[in-house]
Amino acid sequence: MTNRYETVFILTPVLSEDQTKEAVKKFKDLIKKGSGKVHHEESWGMRKLAYPIQKKSSGFYHLFEFESEATFVDKLETEYRRDERVLRFLTVKMDKHHQEFAQRRRNKMAEPKDNASEAADQRPAPRRRKEENVEQRND
Amino acid sequence: MADNNEIRYLTPIAIETKKEKYCRFQKYGIKYIDYKDADYLLRLVNEQGKILPRRITGTSLKYQRKVGQAIKRARHLALMPYVADMLK
Repeated sequence: MTNRYETVFILTPVLSEDQTKEAVKKFKDLIKKGSGKVHHEESWGMRKLAYPIQKKSSGFYHLFEFESEATFVDKLETEYRRDERVLRFLTVKMDKHHQEFAQRRRNKMAEPKDNASEAADQRPAPRRRKEENVEQRND
Repeated sequence: MADNNEIRYLTPIAIETKKEKYCRFQKYGIKYIDYKDADYLLRLVNEQGKILPRRITGTSLKYQRKVGQAIKRARHLALMPYVADMLK
């Protein structure tokens, strides 16, 4: 009996690009070896953390969607714990709604790539405006 | 004499009509609440980052449990803060 899982982990920002790639590859190989099948892979890149973890304020996020035996999850998580480069990790079993959602999300991401990048550019704008207001009030 | 005591208004006073609350997840057929989408989850949280109660959002119990789970997962992954101030 295999289940579908989704795992996200955060790597330390101190690693160089090659080191990050190597760490990601390590976990990917681990999943492949552990009777797992990687269905989807997503790199969110460097992101700001909502709160500091181990005194780091940013981290490198990576996501895997895979299929494996339930016993493998334990092995994967012990490997996460042993690895000092991993700040945080989360593994979730996907129910049917989650799987459906993931599929739709993948389809959406495959199509309009330009829109996504535009939205990302627009996001920090309102926060900047707030800061300006504060400055004006101080004057 | 009774007529004098009667209060009359020039414009009819606005009587608070109860707006019917509804569960947004049931209404729009959202079956799964994604923990990765922090921008969306921000709507279900107050400005301190606390999960809004059902009596305010009108979410049904079934989906409130899922909201809670999604927000807690997002917090664990530092996509959302555990404690915050002036979040909105």
